[in-house]
Amino acid sequence: METTIVIKNLTKKFGNVIAVNDVSLTIEPKTFLTLLGPSGCGKTTLLRCISGLEDPDEGEIYIGDKLVYSHVKGVSIPSGQRDLGLVFQNYALWPHMTVYKNMTFALEIQKLSKEEMKKRVTEALAEVKMSGYEDRYPREMSGGQQQRIALARMLAYRPRVFLMDEPLSNLDARLRMDMRTELKRLHHISDATTVYVTHDQLEAMTMSSNIAVMKEGVIQQMDTPDKVYHFPANLFVADFIGNPKVNLLEGWITGPDLVDLGKFNVPVFTFSHTGDVVVGIRPEDISVSTHAIDGGVEFITYSVLPTGADTTIIARKGDTELTIKEIGVSKLQMDQKIWLTFNKDAINLYDKATGNLITH
Amino acid sequence: MAVISNSRLSASEKWTAVMRRFLRWLTTPHVILSIIMLAVMIYLVIIPLYRMIMTTITVQDIDLRVLKDSEVGDFTWYHWVRMLTSKIAKIMTYEPLVHSIVVSLGATMFALVIGGLMAWMVVRTDMPGRNTIHMLATIPYIMPSWTIAMAWTVIFKNRTTGGTPGLLEYILGTPPPDWLAYGPIPIIVSSGLHYYTFFFLFVSAALLSIDSSLEEAGELAGAGRWRIMRKITFPLVVPAIASGFIMTFSKTMGTFGGPNVLGVPVKYYTLSTMLRSNTGIGNYGDGFVLAIILILFAMTTIMINQKLVGTRKSYETIGGRGFMSQKVKLRNFKGLLTGMVVVFQFLIAILPLVVLLYSTFMLRTGDFSLSNFTLAHWIGKGDISINNGEPGVLRNPKIYLGAWNSIRLSLLTALFTSILGVILGYAIVKGRGTRLSKLVEQMAFIPYVIPGIAFGAVYISMFTKPVGPIPPLYGTFALLVIVSVAKHLPFSARTGVSAMLQVGKELEEAAAIAGASPWRRFVRIIFPLTSTGFVSGFLLNFISTMRELSLIILLVTPTTAVLASMTMRYIENGNEQQADAVILILIFLVLIGNFIISRFRGGSLKKGLGM
Repeated sequence: METTIVIKNLTKKFGNVIAVNDVSLTIEPKTFLTLLGPSGCGKTTLLRCISGLEDPDEGEIYIGDKLVYSHVKGVSIPSGQRDLGLVFQNYALWPHMTVYKNMTFALEIQKLSKEEMKKRVTEALAEVKMSGYEDRYPREMSGGQQQRIALARMLAYRPRVFLMDEPLSNLDARLRMDMRTELKRLHHISDATTVYVTHDQLEAMTMSSNIAVMKEGVIQQMDTPDKVYHFPANLFVADFIGNPKVNLLEGWITGPDLVDLGKFNVPVFTFSHTGDVVVGIRPEDISVSTHAIDGGVEFITYSVLPTGADTTIIARKGDTELTIKEIGVSKLQMDQKIWLTFNKDAINLYDKATGNLITH
Repeated sequence: MAVISNSRLSASEKWTAVMRRFLRWLTTPHVILSIIMLAVMIYLVIIPLYRMIMTTITVQDIDLRVLKDSEVGDFTWYHWVRMLTSKIAKIMTYEPLVHSIVVSLGATMFALVIGGLMAWMVVRTDMPGRNTIHMLATIPYIMPSWTIAMAWTVIFKNRTTGGTPGLLEYILGTPPPDWLAYGPIPIIVSSGLHYYTFFFLFVSAALLSIDSSLEEAGELAGAGRWRIMRKITFPLVVPAIASGFIMTFSKTMGTFGGPNVLGVPVKYYTLSTMLRSNTGIGNYGDGFVLAIILILFAMTTIMINQKLVGTRKSYETIGGRGFMSQKVKLRNFKGLLTGMVVVFQFLIAILPLVVLLYSTFMLRTGDFSLSNFTLAHWIGKGDISINNGEPGVLRNPKIYLGAWNSIRLSLLTALFTSILGVILGYAIVKGRGTRLSKLVEQMAFIPYVIPGIAFGAVYISMFTKPVGPIPPLYGTFALLVIVSVAKHLPFSARTGVSAMLQVGKELEEAAAIAGASPWRRFVRIIFPLTSTGFVSGFLLNFISTMRELSLIILLVTPTTAVLASMTMRYIENGNEQQADAVILILIFLVLIGNFIISRFRGGSLKKGLGM
């Protein structure tokens, strides 16, 4: 089941609002692509355009080698013939049907034999660890169980493409963690091309093979989670990804590999760039020393927030504030003098005017 | 795979693409259904309205006596001039208009005061027996609107109109004054007592849904009880009061029964009764002028309402659990007030029925003694000295025909209304946000602003002549069904929409993804999930059609007469006891229907009210 999804110049408007703005992207076979962004960024609309539940206004969509939508050619294949499955945020299990009926609804349309249907249901339920729930009605199950059934319903008809629209957002934190594990596992086993929509960066980071970060209908960056985290393509992506948030500081390049931030300088690879810049430093790329060290910048701790596994430290120098993350429980006190050093390799530099990452 | 730009396509390819897109749009289920519904509604509402307007500005057969040089169908302002500026305009138009306004406004205010006060007492005080009070409050509304009017005449009539005395005169020996026997006061009181249920239900629901924390916040801010009531509670129930006001006002404007029973005998005409007397003699040109005035009046009222209490002020009062921590303590007045409410409810819910029943056992009207007792009006074989020789109602084939007509009219109306409800609901909800959907929704709303009797009048003009392939339907039973279904369109749309909204759109989308055709989605997903809503809508339509009078009074003939219209005919012929017996049969049927409903849905009448 090698299915590529190709989207070309896709635009979708709702009245005057442009939900998806001239998006082009190629989703390689077996990819787990997450569309990530704040609410209203167009990620769900893009997913619905792929599914055929929404008709775009411009552009083309191919699933495999089949043209499923083209504005200029006037083509739009109905959802049911696109060979894809969709898991909805609110599960959308039909309340008047048992689990078995829910799962065989599509299979009946495909005119599968009774034995085959039974086999598929049994298998799919086993895959989501819900064996034996065939005769339950949706309302007789918990939210987490309903979610698993919704997933099993999709698995039972074995589509080439899995689409998921914030499937975990109605679950509590604990269940969400379990389901992330299961979903990643399921994708690993099935190898179906998956498009997953979420606003939760942790979900995106943990499960995806690729992340497309969206804002205002435009894809800001599409890359592996690693790249998106360590080399955000612009200030929006840098700011959106990461918890605690990245430190973004305005400054200007004063010499080769040196940026003046007003109160202090940081060493940065400037790639012979000049002018006003924004420096992006992840909290974990700052080291703390409790005594003055060579090249250390003096700060004062403002607040120390341990979580157990790590500690978030807010430090100030005048009106410059930095967020620092240390592994383990920190011994630092509040209002204590500290000296900070920065990991030059991990610092990203952004053009202040365009907000784009500066690379060589 | 490079993107195919528009310019590289040939003209014919572009044309094909445009056609494909258009066809795809056209074959979307909700679009097809919307277009069908638009066609149906244009036929049922727009064309009749147009015909009615045209009738008022063209020469009719009946006008040829006056307009000697004209031919039928010529353009003329004759009817408008006659009805608005001639010498008879005062009697024909302005007096009835004033009467209509007086009666409607009076009845509405009366209903508001009673309904609002009772709602407040039931919800906000520690009055006992609230469930019983709540149940009793719906009874007057379940009965036909002119029930109380008919009971009124039995009790209060005097001999002004040359008839026999009423119960009061029989007991006291002196006749009640004219103002109490006939005219505006009795009409206002009897309609007000019918419609107070609206206010009671609306206001009590609004009061119940107010989040008590809103009032507690006021209390913490140091406001007194009276101030909280004025500044917080009252503004929050204003939308409920306003919508009850408009609904009652426009209903009473178009109502026929009460004014016919209590107004016409003393020549106190309202627009509705005047409209009837014009169309009754075939003077459609003049009658329709009145109908149009009535429609314009009702429309204006509703528009004013929407301006005043627009969406901005219709607060969502969600969030409250509807639990009031503090109730007003009635203390010493508890017993007294409770007693008053109970007596009042008894007077308007039970007494009319008792009085009506009693009157059917009277051989001669006006003699309330036991020696006058007879069963002739129920089971008499037909004595020429009683009721012009008509047999008792239970032996009278006309009554059985009328009852059968009532039942089948109600069944057919309810059936078609439900079907239209499904279609309208689907078309409107699935097309939400498109202009087409909005158009369908708005058009379905039109019958709401047309008062019942005027709506009936609209249909005379439409169906006296053939329209396209459809034969003239005037005088047929089918016409009664059509007019009832058309008048129920707003109700259909509303039930349909709310039933469809209950089915999350994802449920249908999930089926679409699974490859189900629109038809399959409807049969397997949408219909099973909405059917309960439609069944209860069906039953409510059934009983509301059963007691409908104003709508069909202009359209019935002796063979298509229903029980409701028969009560009027018997009254007009002076056969009071038979009229009373017929309305009791009608009430009996309605109560059976209502019993089935309460069985079916736990007795909530609120949702079904309003059309």
